[in-house]
Amino acid sequence: MKSREAIFANIRKSLRVSNDDRLRHETVAARIEQHPRNLIPARGQKPDRERLELFLEMVESAKASIVLLETKDDIPAEVAAYLRSKNLPQSIRHGDDERLSLIPWAKERTLEVTKGASDGAQLASVSYSFGAVAESGTLVMVSGADNPTTLNFLPDHHLVVVDERDIAGDYESVWDRIRVSFGANKMPRAVNWITGPSRSGDIEQTHLLGAHGPRSLHVLVVRNS
Amino acid sequence: MSEQATAAVTKKPIRVGLFATCLVDLMRPRIGFATAKLLEDAGCVVEVPAQTCCGQPAFNSGDRETARDLAAQAIEAFASYDYVVLPSGSCAGQVIVHYPELFAGNAVWEPRAKALAAKTFELTAFLSDVLKAMPAARFEGSVTYHDSCSGLRELGIKAQPRKLLAKVEGLTLVEMKDPDVCCGFGGTFCVKYADVSNKIVEKKTASIAASGAGTLLAGDLGCLMNMAGKLFREGKPVRVRHIAEVLAGMSDEPAIGEPER
Amino acid sequence: MTQAVNSPQFNQNARKALDDSYLQKALARSEKGFIERRKAAVEKLPEYDALRDSARDLKDHILAHLDLYLEAYEKNVIASGGHVHWAANAEEANEIILNICQRLNAKSVAKGKSMISEETGLNTYLEARGIKPIETDLGEYIIQLRGETPSHLIAPALHVTKEQIEADFRRAHTDLPPERNLDEPTSLLAEARAMLRDKFLSAEVGITGANFLIAETGSSVIVTNEGNGDLTQTLAKAHIVISSIEKVVPTREDAATFLRLLARTASGTDLSVYTTFSTGARREGDPDGPLEYHVVLLDNGRSNMLGGKFQEMLRCIRCGACMNHCPVFHAVGGHAYGWVYPGPMGAVLTPSLVGVEKGGQLPNASTFCGRCEEVCPVRIPLPKLMRNWREREFERHLQPASVRYGLGIWAMFAKRPVLYRRATALAMKLLRLLGGKGRLRSLPLASGWTRHRDFPAPQGETFQTLWKKRDASR
Repeated sequence: MKSREAIFANIRKSLRVSNDDRLRHETVAARIEQHPRNLIPARGQKPDRERLELFLEMVESAKASIVLLETKDDIPAEVAAYLRSKNLPQSIRHGDDERLSLIPWAKERTLEVTKGASDGAQLASVSYSFGAVAESGTLVMVSGADNPTTLNFLPDHHLVVVDERDIAGDYESVWDRIRVSFGANKMPRAVNWITGPSRSGDIEQTHLLGAHGPRSLHVLVVRNS
Repeated sequence: MSEQATAAVTKKPIRVGLFATCLVDLMRPRIGFATAKLLEDAGCVVEVPAQTCCGQPAFNSGDRETARDLAAQAIEAFASYDYVVLPSGSCAGQVIVHYPELFAGNAVWEPRAKALAAKTFELTAFLSDVLKAMPAARFEGSVTYHDSCSGLRELGIKAQPRKLLAKVEGLTLVEMKDPDVCCGFGGTFCVKYADVSNKIVEKKTASIAASGAGTLLAGDLGCLMNMAGKLFREGKPVRVRHIAEVLAGMSDEPAIGEPER
Repeated sequence: MTQAVNSPQFNQNARKALDDSYLQKALARSEKGFIERRKAAVEKLPEYDALRDSARDLKDHILAHLDLYLEAYEKNVIASGGHVHWAANAEEANEIILNICQRLNAKSVAKGKSMISEETGLNTYLEARGIKPIETDLGEYIIQLRGETPSHLIAPALHVTKEQIEADFRRAHTDLPPERNLDEPTSLLAEARAMLRDKFLSAEVGITGANFLIAETGSSVIVTNEGNGDLTQTLAKAHIVISSIEKVVPTREDAATFLRLLARTASGTDLSVYTTFSTGARREGDPDGPLEYHVVLLDNGRSNMLGGKFQEMLRCIRCGACMNHCPVFHAVGGHAYGWVYPGPMGAVLTPSLVGVEKGGQLPNASTFCGRCEEVCPVRIPLPKLMRNWREREFERHLQPASVRYGLGIWAMFAKRPVLYRRATALAMKLLRLLGGKGRLRSLPLASGWTRHRDFPAPQGETFQTLWKKRDASR
């Protein structure tokens, strides 16, 4: 506690301010409460159809793959086909998200579906994203039993379902949705923005995919959810 | 003001105070004469008041007091001219950007520093932007142009020298790789950190040689001496001149580092 | 200050670096990539410069209200179940972290990339007390195996070639079969991934840095491309964030503004692959996540920088663009700077944190070319701040006597135009006699110049003398 007081005292001394300055307190409280938006690039500010196109383009430029599906019923076949194309066993793991549980996985007879967090033994996981941002092709994942964070990082292949209506133009719009879902100044334990598969440039600045997280990221956009 | 009076005023030739810079004054007067010729050809009256140095070496060495004294000296010396022109982006930057900064808050000197800054120009910027002059010169051969850092980043000089060179008959401009990267001069830096400076200028002379140009031009004598000195030491046959020499048609005189005839 | 300071030996360090052929090869390779990638990313975003202005203004606002944003941040960390620890200096920060590790009986800690932990010398400290820190960022892991420190903010192993990495892996990974081919970066990456996976899963504590702290929610933010920092903090029993106090931002919207600038400027991508916002520990019903969440907030001299000549340096978001565009950094690499922070940002920050007596060489080792300021995403006037340090040195008579003396003599003449004209006219004539061939190969007082280049001789008479003659003849 001694250091805490010393640090605050020194900050105020250096800034030549007193802790009683009401205006300063009000300025800070207002900024936090009103969380004004700063400059938002025009890139993502597009009508629905073009925003979706931008999202597709940005996801691909981030070296992930992406498909458009008409309904959720198309998901099992797409997942099975993806696993086959990568020579992977027909096995996936997902969390408790009801939207994932309601998918007719049984349509793919050979597909094994397990539930829960990852312990590192799974090769492929499926998550449902809270939202997405067209501006940069970013998926926004929130932690919890529905979509455990480990599923985002440990399996070699991460498949992410996103509803088309949840694709926003910018990050700020997703923050507003998080405020609605979790409370004004609240956050889920982890919010993971994911833009492409894991990569590293640490060996001679050569960009290589699959450093510690997934080697590939496959995005499934559901148009009518 | 009556129409005649306006005409009389506009006809009055522009009086330019030439701030040669200490390097040009001491090392290579012909750059000063080239500058004067370009200004006179464009109809200006050129005067050279008693002068020493703009104070940049002191300023960059942390000696603000000396920098301020020299700034005040220059402000006095050049106060009466319509314009002040320097054949150097870095010294012009000192006057335009840093003089007002040196006297910030000083009721007497800050306005005077700002007034000087407002009428001070680097040579190519003055020719191109203010006088809109197009010197008529000839030069046979290819040149490459190095953008000196202060002129480029403090004053935004990039297009002006190229625009002027484009009008020189017979001259071909070939851009080197990274013309806007520092040559390693940096004033006292090149002596205090000689080995680092050497590494930087080595890269620069490699780019210059790779361009294939027969002549290297720039707008700052410090950088030019650094690059010329390295080109000579490496035996690279590229001649080095200040851009003013070429624009003023003085390319038949010895280049930097060549013996006087 | 735990990390030793070797900055006064900049010139010797630089000489060594210039003679290191591996390093020179590595530097030559990295230079182009960083610059071109940033340029391409910036050109694709028309609002980039306007974003820089707004980020600069925002940082200035934050720094002017730093005490209050820190209080709000602390309150919200606690409200979300986390713990906040305040450390005035490096020793305190290390001690706080050690106590948490010891309480949890930690044998090993997984570490995400953190420059603040470099500043406190955390790895050495923990190791000396029986706790094994494991760097998980690939670059950090490589230099940990080599017993080195990072040479760049975002590319810590910039100075290492792939042949050197292969040799390091063969030395450290003792069960690696000699016939395994590690010629290619991809095979080196696969080897590191396999090695580190086990370490992630077995470490009791995960330590990460923070790119930003959000006052509104009490969240810490990290950006990674590998996913290592994210695994580090998700898999361990406790997640410890070590951060300096100036990383706080007011809101999530403000974090978004800085994030739009950070990756573009640093690595030329719109965003890093992973941007992770962490708020508190595992919650009820969570199947994963750390059981404890701690934040260690380090001052270490930063509060002294507020309100003064170096406050603008606290705007820095550690993108590395200044060093990526610095001719001096390209020549000598990061280690020559002799402490944690290299390049132009290090040249300003190091003397602020370790004192100008130890860090004073660094702000002098710049040509003032201004390219760093030109690319800084928060518009820090780095040359001006370096010049401020030179002024501080001059005021305190810290420069070498020869420099001071030389400058003094020159100033004495420059302030007296008549004397100056006479003295220089004579001196130039003399120098001209010496350099009759147009140039000199050696000059006694400027051996730094003539060691590497010829010195073009003066024309002879000075411009002012000749101009007077011209005037007289008219």
